Amino acid sequence: MGSDSAGNLSGRNISNAKYRMIFIGLVVLAVGVFFASLAIGRYNIPFFDSVLILLAQIFPIEPTWTQTMEAVIFNLRLPRTIAAVLIGGGLALSGAAYQSMFKNPLVSPDLLGVSSGACVGASLAILYSMGPVVIQILAFIGGIVAVSITVAVPRLMHNSSTLMLVLSGVIVGGLMSSIMGIIKYVADADTALAEMVYWAMGSLSNVKMVDLYYIAPCILLSGFVLVLFRYRLNVLSLGEDEAKTLGVDVRKVRGIIIVCATLLTASAVCLAGTIGWVGLVIPHLGRMIVGPDNRKLLPVAVVLGAIFMVVIDITARSLTSAELPLSIITGLIGAPFYFYLLIRQRMSIT
Amino acid sequence: MMLEVRNLGFHYPKQEKMIFSDVSFGIEKGEIISILGTNGAGKSTMLNCMANLYRPVLGDIFIEGRNMKEMRPKEIAKYIGYVPQIHNPAYAYSVLDFVVMGRTPYIGVLHTPRDEDYSVAEDALRCIGISHLIDKPYTEISGGERQMVTIARVLAQQPDVILLDEPTAHLDYGNQLRMTKLVRKLADSGYAVVLTTHMPDHVIMLQDKVGILDQQGHFTFGKTKDILSDTLLSNLYNVDLKLIYIDEAKRDTCISIME
Repeated sequence: MGSDSAGNLSGRNISNAKYRMIFIGLVVLAVGVFFASLAIGRYNIPFFDSVLILLAQIFPIEPTWTQTMEAVIFNLRLPRTIAAVLIGGGLALSGAAYQSMFKNPLVSPDLLGVSSGACVGASLAILYSMGPVVIQILAFIGGIVAVSITVAVPRLMHNSSTLMLVLSGVIVGGLMSSIMGIIKYVADADTALAEMVYWAMGSLSNVKMVDLYYIAPCILLSGFVLVLFRYRLNVLSLGEDEAKTLGVDVRKVRGIIIVCATLLTASAVCLAGTIGWVGLVIPHLGRMIVGPDNRKLLPVAVVLGAIFMVVIDITARSLTSAELPLSIITGLIGAPFYFYLLIRQRMSIT
Repeated sequence: MMLEVRNLGFHYPKQEKMIFSDVSFGIEKGEIISILGTNGAGKSTMLNCMANLYRPVLGDIFIEGRNMKEMRPKEIAKYIGYVPQIHNPAYAYSVLDFVVMGRTPYIGVLHTPRDEDYSVAEDALRCIGISHLIDKPYTEISGGERQMVTIARVLAQQPDVILLDEPTAHLDYGNQLRMTKLVRKLADSGYAVVLTTHMPDHVIMLQDKVGILDQQGHFTFGKTKDILSDTLLSNLYNVDLKLIYIDEAKRDTCISIME
C-alpha cells in the first residue's frame, strides 16, 4: 500500500480567516528578516539605516549613513539576501509540489536526486568553463534526467510504493555523486576543481546582482506557474488514477509540474550549490501550520522557505569568522527538526 | 444509449492472452449492472476500461453515441464517475475539501473551486446523510465512512454513470447491506450504475441486470432473474451453489451446499 505511514504526516485544516492572519504574519516576519540580513554581518549596519538605504532608492531621503554602508548593502548583502529568498522559497515550493504530485510526503528535491543531477549538470558546464547561461541549462537538464530515472525505476518494477520511490532516489543520488566524483577527478585542480568544490558546498557569499538577472526570472516564472496549478496539485495528490477519473489530463499536468519544480531546484543549485533539507522540511512545517491544502500550503511554504534560508545565511556568516557552507547548517537544523516532526506527528495520531 | 460497450477486449501489455474479449452491453439511466466473476477474472479491469483508466485493446465504448477514445479526460469525467475499491490517502484533506474535488471537471486548469462548487459538495454530503463528517480530516474517518465520502465526491461530480469497484469489499455486514441499498437509491434517482461484486445475493437484491465474467473471459449478460441460475453460479465459482426462494424476503438467496 502506497502511503501507509505517510497518512500520519499531514497537518490540520484551518479556516480562511485564520490562514490570512498567519500568512500576513509570516510575510511581516519575512520582511523583518530580510532587513536584518542587510544589517547583520561583520560590518554592522543599524537596522533602520538598512531600511532607509533601500527606501532612499525610491524616495528622496537625506542620507544619515556612510557611503561604505551603502556599498556593503548593494554590492554584498542585497544580492545574497535576494538569492537566499529565491532559493529558500523556490526549494520549499518545489518540495511541496513534488510531495503532492507523487502522493508522498517523504520526497524532496534532494531525495529524488534532482539536486545532485542538477549539480552534475552544472559541474560539467564549469568543467568546460562555460558561461552562466550554459551552467543553468545543463543544471536543468541534469535535474530532469535525474528525476526521470527516479520516477522510471518504480514503474519498471511495477511498484508504486513510497519505499520504492525513496530507494530509487537513493540509487540515482548515489549514481550522481559518483559521476560528480569523476568530474572532480578530471577537473583542473587549480581552477575548475576549486570553483566546483566551493560552489557545490553551497555558499551565497559570491552571489552578484548579475547572477540574479539570469536566474531570478527563471525562479519567479516557474514558481508562479506552480502556484497557478495549486488546485490541480491537490487533485493529483489523490493519486494518478483518481486524478484521471476526475478529468485531469495527468500526463500533461504532471509534465508541467515536473518541469517547473525541477527548474526551481536547478536554479537554486546554480546560485548556491546543493542545499539539502529545505525542500523536505519546510513543506512539512507548512502543513503543520495550515494543513495539506496546496491553495494555502504553497504560498506559506514559499514565505517559510524564504525566512528559513535568510536566517540560515545570516547564521552562516555570523557564527564563525570564516563563512560556513549553507548545507552544513541546513543539515544541522533540518535533520533534528525532521526527527522532531516525525515524533510529533506520530504522537498526535496514536 | 447512455453508455454502450461494444466488442470490448483487453490484455495487459506484453501479455498475449486476452483477459476478456467480445464484451458488449449497454446501460441506460436508472439501470444497475452488477458484474460478477471470480478473483482475477478481470472485473476491475473491465471497469477500469469504462473509467478510461485503461485503453481497450479491442472494441469501443460509446457515451451517448460518442466514442470515448475521441473524448478528452475532462469531458469523460462529466459523464462517468468512478469510485475506486480502496483509497489510501496521503494527505489529511477535510472531508469537504475532498468531496469538492469531484468538481474538478468543471473547474478550469488554473482555477480553484468557487462557492457554488462548495454548495454542490455540501448537497452531495447531505444527500447520503453524512453531513456530520464535513470538517473531519479524511484520514481520520473509518473505511466505511471513507467509501461513503468517495460516493459523495462522485455525486458532486454530477455524472450520468457511476462505476463502483467492489463497493462492499471492505465493509462489515451491516454496511454491505446499507451500501447495496444506497446503490439502489442512486439508480432510482436517475444514475446509471455499474458495479463489480463477489456477492450473488447483492446482485439479486439490486433486481436489475447482471454481467458474468468467467475465467475464460466470456461475458454473459442479461436480466438477473432471467439468467442467474444454480448451474451458472456453480460453474462460475466451481462449488455447489443453489438459489433458494425465501418467503420472508420475497426473493431468492444464494447458498452453498457443502456436506
